[in-house]
Amino acid sequence: MTDSGTEKKRSLSVICSKGSFDMAYPGLILANAARMAGVDARLFFTFWGLDIVNEKKIDHLHLNLVGNPSAPLPAMIAGLPGVEALATAQMRKEMERLEIPPIREFIEMLDDAGADMYGCQMALDMFKLTKDDLVPQVKDVLTAMDFMDMSEGAQIIFI
Amino acid sequence: MSLETVHTDPEGYLANRDDWSEELAQELATSMGVSLTEEHWKVLNTARAIDAESGSSPGLRKISKRSETPIKAIYKLFPEGPAKAIAKIAGIPKPKSCL
Repeated sequence: MTDSGTEKKRSLSVICSKGSFDMAYPGLILANAARMAGVDARLFFTFWGLDIVNEKKIDHLHLNLVGNPSAPLPAMIAGLPGVEALATAQMRKEMERLEIPPIREFIEMLDDAGADMYGCQMALDMFKLTKDDLVPQVKDVLTAMDFMDMSEGAQIIFI
Repeated sequence: MSLETVHTDPEGYLANRDDWSEELAQELATSMGVSLTEEHWKVLNTARAIDAESGSSPGLRKISKRSETPIKAIYKLFPEGPAKAIAKIAGIPKPKSCL
């Protein structure tokens, strides 16, 4: 009735490539679920996904309403100044009500849970950033190949 | 009820929560390689209390906050999949929460 412990340990690699508020959460939630279930988890933040762990941006991610067919208002209105900020504030409030932690706290929680987090070297170069621009929970900066090597045998999710 | 006689679902959660006892919890924990200390019990009792009050098996974040046990400490207490281990040892269903 208990885990036999003989099968190969599951492991999950999540690639976060988007930096909008709504697209930051899925990867974090999946990695956290993996850790809670005893599955090893690591995250690779690349391109806009770097914003999720960028010290200057982590607390200011925005919902993406324009060009999003699921947006609850017409694109013309969604594009007006301040509308996305307002919608983001609304969503933040709703998430607080559901006790979903803000991104920064979520990253801390993942670190405490033993998930490993990495920044993408090429994306950092492209945005003229260094590891020092990222939150301290990011363990290292890697190339895509490094991350592939690390992900051998893992299930990979691209977001 | 002992580990040999108790019914569990295919995933290893207690089929009948009335079968739970502290002795059974000890046995379940031992079978998972966990030896229960006072800190473990604080976490387990919190999980049981939340489940009893809300009728919903809690996720780790809720257990952590309510028991005032940091997430990091919970992972030290139950290293292999704490959310599942806590629910199994506490004799409550698989957590319904993603956090």
